[in-house]
Amino acid sequence: MITVEGLTKRYARHVAVNNISFSVEKGQIVGFLGPNGAGKTTTMRILTCFLPPTAGKATVAGFDVLEQPMEVKRRIGYLPETPPVYPEMEVAEYLRFVGKLKGLSGANLGHRVDEVSNRCAVADVKHKLIGKLSKGYRQRVGLAQAIIHNPDVLILDEPTAGLDPKQINETRDLIKSLAGDHTIILSTHILPEVEQTCEQVIIISQGRVVATDSVQNLQSGTRGAETIRVEVSGRDGSIEAGAVRQKLEQVAGVSRVVLRESSPQLAVLEVESLKGKVVRGDIARAVVQAGWNLNELHTAAHTLEEIFLQLTGAQPTLEAPASGEKQ
Amino acid sequence: MRNVAIIWKKEIDSYFVSPVAYLLLTMFGLIFGFFFWNAVSYFVIIGIESQMRGGGGPMSVNEYVIRPLLSNVSVVGLFFIPMITMRLFAEEKRTGTIELLATSPIRDIEVILGKWLAALTLYGCMLLFTALNFSFLFRYGNPDWKPLAVGYLGLLLQAGGLLAVGTLISTMTRNQIIAGAATFGVCLLLWVLEWVSGYETATWAVVLSYCSVITHFESFAKGVIDSKDLVFYVSLIFLGLFLTSRSMESLRWRA
Repeated sequence: MITVEGLTKRYARHVAVNNISFSVEKGQIVGFLGPNGAGKTTTMRILTCFLPPTAGKATVAGFDVLEQPMEVKRRIGYLPETPPVYPEMEVAEYLRFVGKLKGLSGANLGHRVDEVSNRCAVADVKHKLIGKLSKGYRQRVGLAQAIIHNPDVLILDEPTAGLDPKQINETRDLIKSLAGDHTIILSTHILPEVEQTCEQVIIISQGRVVATDSVQNLQSGTRGAETIRVEVSGRDGSIEAGAVRQKLEQVAGVSRVVLRESSPQLAVLEVESLKGKVVRGDIARAVVQAGWNLNELHTAAHTLEEIFLQLTGAQPTLEAPASGEKQ
Repeated sequence: MRNVAIIWKKEIDSYFVSPVAYLLLTMFGLIFGFFFWNAVSYFVIIGIESQMRGGGGPMSVNEYVIRPLLSNVSVVGLFFIPMITMRLFAEEKRTGTIELLATSPIRDIEVILGKWLAALTLYGCMLLFTALNFSFLFRYGNPDWKPLAVGYLGLLLQAGGLLAVGTLISTMTRNQIIAGAATFGVCLLLWVLEWVSGYETATWAVVLSYCSVITHFESFAKGVIDSKDLVFYVSLIFLGLFLTSRSMESLRWRA
């Protein structure tokens, strides 16, 4: 649905986007992840035909952004970082205006306005001035305008920035519900957002793509091995942590065992497997056969945050959720 | 055309939903009302005096009232035009709504034409106030309507040119005050350029005074459509709108 090849955007003094390539399949939700200033907004602006690229090629639904911008624009819905709303307009009036801009007319226009205002939960403020709305409502009006013409591709630039936690959840659910019919690219610098919303993730740093993969693969794949957390206690109330450790080290496929916590009653260990080995079952069996209680066993996935820092090699430049503006 | 109409309607709505349009119309109505009152009073006094001296034939309302008033409107318009155009693009750039327009399937020129026509429409509404005053002349006098119609045509053409310049300047900044002040400066300059013709007849002075928007209005005020002046205004409109579209294009490359 979207292909980007060797895309570069150079400004007078710096390179915002440097030779990036990726592609997005139809119906996917792709997270565009990177610290502020990584080039997310620039890439999105190129895809929406707002900015022309300096070099490289980008196509949306088979149309080139430079050669056939009108065809591209017809097929995308775009929510910029600040929702592009007119404060002096009423919500319904604004949605009608955008609908007309996107080529809707007549009964279809009214129908779509009703549909998107219900879907984005702005129907109750339809006749309010946008300038009087809260940030959360304004963001949803922005989302409603992006989907009014039922576009194939949705491009959302930090759709949850500046919202409160409840609104963030609602917005995420809304975005998830739009997947399938629409191909969605959303940018964010908030990691949990990608984990919760997206199937694919493109990590971008200083204008370059440093990783593109599914969220799952990234979480399991970076070190090639699983880390399993095991909590064991003795059946009669006391346990010798060293013995547990020894026992687990003997399980086939285990590369390393680290003791995390130990007390006379309880031992918590982290077991790292060799690359490509699945050892959870063997560990469980070993513990039980030794006559201990297996209280807990789970895979400790690498968080995207770890992966992100590892890939971008950066100091933690990420800001807390709901951080300030960037420009 | 449909897209031009969409933008036009949106701009008209935003003029009339905010106090901007009403403020401009009120101020213009007051100022023109004062001019009208002055011109008519002067005409009446002159008329009575000439009758008491027993001389002179009938005096022309067109020549003594309508023509100077039309010239006044053309000058007063210079002060109002920056206030009409300053927000057109500057506001869209400041709030980011320009991204909506630029990523919608609509051509730049359609956006520009829609906005320019809306500005011209608001100026036309201001002229309606003058028509209200002039209608009294028709009620109590017998002026010729044709020179008046030509005068209105001239005013619209002149305003069209200056509004195009104002639109151009509005695309260059995200600050309305800067757009307004710069447009005002340009309008004023385009007015006073003709002063050089008062003392200098060299080619540069002729060229400079040709560029003055006011000199080209004189023929229209007299009720004459001079093709030279018509061409000047139409060229100014085209040049202004063309440069606006170039300016919008360059925004994309620089933004």
